[in-house]
Amino acid sequence: MARIFAYIVHKGGIADDSAAELPVAAAKIDAAQPPTAPLTAIVTGWGADLDAVCESLRTGYAEIWKIAKEPLAYPNADVVRKALLNVLPRGSILLVPHAHFGVDLSPGLSIRMDVPYVPDVMEIEGMDGTSLKLVRQEFGGQVSAHVRCDISSGAVINIRPGAFRPAPTAAAGGKVVDKSADAGDLTAGRHYLETIAAEAGDVDISKQQVLVSIGRGIEDKENVGIAEELAEAMGAAVSCSRPVVDAKWMDKSRQVGSSGITVRPKVYLACGISGSFQHLDGIKGNPFLVAINKNPKAPIFRVADVGIVADILEFLPELTKRVLEEKSVSGSERRQS
Amino acid sequence: MEILVCAKRVPDTSENEIELNGARNDIERDDLVYSVNEPDNYAVEEALQIVDRVGGKVTVVTVGSDEDEEILRREMAMGAHHGVLISDDAFSGSDGRGIAAILKAFVQTKHYDLILTGVQADDGCAQVGGMLAAMLDYPFASLVTSIEVLEGGKLKIGREIEGGNKEINAIDLPCVLSIQTGINEPRYVGMRGIRQVASVPIPTLGTPELGVDPETVGDRAAKVKRVDYFVPPAGRGAEMLQGSREETIDKLMDLLKAKGGLN
Repeated sequence: MARIFAYIVHKGGIADDSAAELPVAAAKIDAAQPPTAPLTAIVTGWGADLDAVCESLRTGYAEIWKIAKEPLAYPNADVVRKALLNVLPRGSILLVPHAHFGVDLSPGLSIRMDVPYVPDVMEIEGMDGTSLKLVRQEFGGQVSAHVRCDISSGAVINIRPGAFRPAPTAAAGGKVVDKSADAGDLTAGRHYLETIAAEAGDVDISKQQVLVSIGRGIEDKENVGIAEELAEAMGAAVSCSRPVVDAKWMDKSRQVGSSGITVRPKVYLACGISGSFQHLDGIKGNPFLVAINKNPKAPIFRVADVGIVADILEFLPELTKRVLEEKSVSGSERRQS
Repeated sequence: MEILVCAKRVPDTSENEIELNGARNDIERDDLVYSVNEPDNYAVEEALQIVDRVGGKVTVVTVGSDEDEEILRREMAMGAHHGVLISDDAFSGSDGRGIAAILKAFVQTKHYDLILTGVQADDGCAQVGGMLAAMLDYPFASLVTSIEVLEGGKLKIGREIEGGNKEINAIDLPCVLSIQTGINEPRYVGMRGIRQVASVPIPTLGTPELGVDPETVGDRAAKVKRVDYFVPPAGRGAEMLQGSREETIDKLMDLLKAKGGLN
């Protein structure tokens, strides 16, 4: 078994949640107890933030390889790729979280390392000879697929964030090894300039208790009013999934998901939303999740508490009517008492 | 600026319920509605807007078979100047790396300043653009949501990162960018537009024209192979509310009241 490395995404001196998930994936590749080679975190960066991250990883990893270079202060994938190529031993298996940085880094890295690449892995079923069997999803999460990949000469494997639950581990007491001297030439044709923060919208959906969230099933900008009427009746706010923002039907500040806003409501009505993992990643705090979708195979039904197969363009106005009736009844009851 | 856009014809997941075939080695492809992969359409629109500003030509290429020609015509009806179909029996069964190797061979027969792909296609791999860039030794950026052409052979690009934030980079040309949906509003293509390009010749290129070594592409060279498809486990799965519309709404109202959904 080749040595397994976990690429650590970090920001502001704090490791991303994926840093605790990658060891779980690694243990499904190298299932020997103890592992045939120590699981090694590989961390690039610069300055005190990098040192803080390396220190925090000592409990979860047997070894931490630190690459400290000023051009790595911001994680520019074209630069990080060069550093990893120079530092990783030949034949290594590298695990990377499949988020915006991993999508930037990994395909090209696999070519440069001349090893296979498996993107967005959600489960690992184990080794069969030199072949690793993994699970991915295709067609917007409507179907899953087993894929097989010979990892005997190394591999780059991108792991879906949140798919592998961190397991409590005995403190690994890992040692930090400084590999900065091996980073080599880090010039690249791509330069990081700045980060532009998301613009605040008229409603802060991250603070709402109840969200009526609409997806592609709303079909047209003119239909957004249907959801607004329901939200108004329920005392809720309207949020949405990515296709609604892409179509310019709602503002980006209303988008729930990993590339949008993270929300923590008590109740979440997913209306005409298929339920991509990027969307679900933005829903935290385990709300009561109601899914309304005309496609009975929509992946959202696999994670919702309650599902209704219906066309939201018909269903939502009927629900609004009912909520308003209920309110006027309970209002008149209150007046009578 | 000479721009190449790599596109793919895919089953439209917003229009189709995807079912598995009996052998579970593919999805049931009869009666599926196909269209151009949505992010690729945004990539073509972005390319057209760039050449509107700075001049140049847009070429759309796909690796596939005869039936994939329809998406090339659709993108030409949008305004793309050339379409190229890359098709050869030797290419079938290629993994992402194989497709990237085929595209690399094509790129090397021409000169392109900028190569665009959609962020990902039906297999959700998001890999061909990054692989192609590495093979060509070009800079690469993914999830691009804005492009501005600068002086001196550079672009200023925005990338979508977490939390609705945007990362701004300068990148040297030639480069490869993967385009995220929402970067622009792709123009509408009517039947009339498609008819106007119906007779424009689209060259088909294969192994001999591209000089691809058949050993490096196709099923035999694929290092990552799909074993089978399966229906994802239901997880805990939703309790499906059944019955008439009125009954369904009754049940939902009770649940919403209990869970604090009505305020």
